[in-house]
Amino acid sequence: MKYEAVIGLEIHVELQTRSKIFCGCSTAFGAEPNTNCCPGCLGLPGTLPVLNRRAVEYAVRAALALNCRVQGKSVFARKNYFYPDLPKAYQISQNEQPLAWGGYLEVDFPTGSRRVNLQRVHLEEEAGKLIHAGDSIMSAAYSLVDYNRAGVPLLEIVTAPELHSGREARLFLEELRTLLLYTGVSDVKMEEGSLRCDANISLRPAGSAGLGIRTEVKNLNSFRAVEQALNYEAERQAAILADGGELFTATCHWDDNRKATVVMRKKEEAADYRYFPDPDLPPLILERSYIEAMREQLPELPRERRQRLRESFNLSDDEAAMLTATRELADFFEAAAESYRDYRNLVNWVQGDLVYRLRESGKRADEISPAMLVELLELLDAGEINRPVAKELLAEMVKSGVSPRKLVQQRGLGKISDQESLLPLVEQVIAENPDAVENYRKGKEKALAFLVGKVMAMTRGRADPQELNRLFREKL
Amino acid sequence: MKLFEMTALELSRLLQKKEVSAVEVTQSFIERAGEVEPLVQAYITRTPETALAEAEAVDEKRKRGEALHPLAGVPLAVKDNICSCGVRTTCASRFLEQYIPPEDATVVQKARAAGMPLLGKTNLDEFAMGSSTESSAFFPTRNPWNLSRVPGGSSGGSAAAVSSGSAPLALGSDTGGSVRHPAAFCGVVGLRPTYGRVSRAGLIALASSLDQAGPFALTAADAALFLELIAGQDRADFTTSDEAVPSYLAALPKGVQGLRVGLLVENVPDHFDAEIITAIQKAAKNLADNGAVVEEVSLPHTGASLEAYHLICAAEASSNLGRFDGVIFGRSAAGENINEMYSRSRGEGLGPEVKRRLLLGTYILCESRYEAYYMQAMRVRTLIRRDYESAFKRFDLLLGAVTPTTAFKLGEKLDDPLAMYHADICILHGPLAGVPAISVPYGFDSGGLPIGVQLTAAPFREEILFRAAHFLEQSRGPEPLRPQLSPSGS
Repeated sequence: MKYEAVIGLEIHVELQTRSKIFCGCSTAFGAEPNTNCCPGCLGLPGTLPVLNRRAVEYAVRAALALNCRVQGKSVFARKNYFYPDLPKAYQISQNEQPLAWGGYLEVDFPTGSRRVNLQRVHLEEEAGKLIHAGDSIMSAAYSLVDYNRAGVPLLEIVTAPELHSGREARLFLEELRTLLLYTGVSDVKMEEGSLRCDANISLRPAGSAGLGIRTEVKNLNSFRAVEQALNYEAERQAAILADGGELFTATCHWDDNRKATVVMRKKEEAADYRYFPDPDLPPLILERSYIEAMREQLPELPRERRQRLRESFNLSDDEAAMLTATRELADFFEAAAESYRDYRNLVNWVQGDLVYRLRESGKRADEISPAMLVELLELLDAGEINRPVAKELLAEMVKSGVSPRKLVQQRGLGKISDQESLLPLVEQVIAENPDAVENYRKGKEKALAFLVGKVMAMTRGRADPQELNRLFREKL
Repeated sequence: MKLFEMTALELSRLLQKKEVSAVEVTQSFIERAGEVEPLVQAYITRTPETALAEAEAVDEKRKRGEALHPLAGVPLAVKDNICSCGVRTTCASRFLEQYIPPEDATVVQKARAAGMPLLGKTNLDEFAMGSSTESSAFFPTRNPWNLSRVPGGSSGGSAAAVSSGSAPLALGSDTGGSVRHPAAFCGVVGLRPTYGRVSRAGLIALASSLDQAGPFALTAADAALFLELIAGQDRADFTTSDEAVPSYLAALPKGVQGLRVGLLVENVPDHFDAEIITAIQKAAKNLADNGAVVEEVSLPHTGASLEAYHLICAAEASSNLGRFDGVIFGRSAAGENINEMYSRSRGEGLGPEVKRRLLLGTYILCESRYEAYYMQAMRVRTLIRRDYESAFKRFDLLLGAVTPTTAFKLGEKLDDPLAMYHADICILHGPLAGVPAISVPYGFDSGGLPIGVQLTAAPFREEILFRAAHFLEQSRGPEPLRPQLSPSGS
């Protein structure tokens, strides 16, 4: 029998607010353990949560960008369980009345573009981070805990079970990442944990409608891991079914070294978190006018922008995707295109050298001036510098932020086309290469190119080849 | 008259006229505590050095002519479930026996900023769960009017401190009557403010939707002055109201002329002490004779308040007390693994009444029980709130009992939790509706134990409570504010 995988994702996104969701502590990543904490996020007796309005704003922005129905009234609820990374023994989350219902994300899959529906989006607080001296909390000799992360605002996004392969899950997540980058609510870094994803996967006979026995796959720490783990898990389940075996509901862990899923625990029954509305926080009331104002403030989102750029600049799908990968890069391109009309050339430089140099230097596109790239291209077009020099200047410009014209002046990188400078070199090359001179005189045009090349090499490419041609012909 | 026998307002006047110093006042209460504490045991922790240092600072400021709050130099006792920076705050629990908070509760911070020296932290039922202060993990407090009797609870230490003269003012907390109950038993004024009137920040939570800190005082005027200081919106507590804080003290002389008073019919069933019912009737007559309009009123759904209250309170408590797990603070017992560590820390650190309520709360919040218990209790809560709303369309004030009996004997109800819960029958429904209520001493029973009557007003109408309480104080006739306490008396 042929099976179809059915995958739903539960995604957690850390919101990029400066302070935590229920206290004033910093959310900065990578601080010394337990330095960004206060009585509030440590859950000391008597402390109360104070809601950070900025976290609400970011969550609303993300939910609107995801086409969700943002609710005028949502309710914070306590999710009660004991675990050392949870200082209060409950997590403030949302349960029956989340911030937003529904929504969707349009994704370009290999099989074509499709809407993936969302079930809900809600706001909650992060837990701290545990490191075990051993395999697990039960077997470890001791465990270390860092509460810096406890209380960082977290957005939970739950998709409908509408993805059908590891590849689709990955493409969905990448599209989601781009979208969230555009809204500016998160830095969405899987490697730093500001984007995390658990997946539920089950199989069903291709073409049927029901849902099979599912496993929950955890520890997916990269886009690649998501794709590989889900493909692996789909195959594992299919193999069991093919052997006539029986699947059971379970949680499994992706082992990225062994490239395999490991079943952690058979799920006997669902955990009971004893949710109830948090009496410390009144219901979150959002006025229609506030939600509409947030909607109006949304930037142009990646999909629309991709389409607009594709049409305005006659781009291929890949080019449009590349240029709109981040809002900063798309802004950069459009700003440059305002004053530089050779779009084709601009596209090539931006998606080639510029993107390469940005990645190399770890900078974002909004840290570079579009006017400088235009200046560089104009210098090149005017013949004041040549291509290799232009490439070198771009790298330098990205690194130092110094304008190309200034770099040309500082380093004497301009083209050499004056006769006083070139003539002595031409004469030297003629004297040193009697064979080539002889060949040229016999009518071999190639010999001229060789001689010109010699001077080019001596000037490290800066000599004007046309002028050299003229001088050689004159001399010979 | 000795300083410790005076009301806060009298002390305030003397201090402002510089006839006494804050150090003298504070010293007087410290010395009084030295005499009566061996009998009463109102305090878990006394802080005489801190109090004297704070008093000295007030005297210095007064000498320099700085503007001071009227209560500057009037010392204060604080229930030991309200955080005090640098002074251990135990909730009368073994779990927090050594816990020293890094911050003051907002109410403590306001009192300290006003120059009120902190005399110490008072005893309570463990985590404020109880009505007799006997479930304190350390020792029971005794009723200053009769040392064989309980002071009521859970804020029994604060009530007993004011009653016995070891503090002129005290802070308590009232979740389901924990201020009013011991106030009635100890013959002092105890106010539960409107939910949201006073910040809960730093009040160690029992049930967050019900907890309110409130004052104990000898008189309504003292309580009014003190509430003015501690009330108001607090950024640290999202459930505080932005409703302006009026001058409660200024409202006192307005009297009761024209007030519409509802006499609660549910508060006088058969098993109530006849002397308490007589006291309420006397209060009603007094009000009516002085221009108030008194009519009977019913709050029909309050019959279900005991069950609704205990379900909601236990549910919230089971979540609020989860943090006492031995990981970050408080008692931490070693275990072979994390679960053993949790169960030992909690098992050794928490007392039987706390465990009973946490188990109940955990049970009713389970997914399969939530609808039948928690949601049902919330519906009852809504009905009770509506009862109050419709009563306050007709009345400015409701009059009724605080307790069905006067102070009972130590140990009398200790083995019967339901009988203990029943002691709060008149004071549980107000918190479910969020309304303010005050307990005013109104005579004594034939055994010489104080009787309290309860006045309830619509949300944020505390000034009406103070007006009526002040009137009742004036009209009840001359009686001792404080008991005769001597090592031999009991």
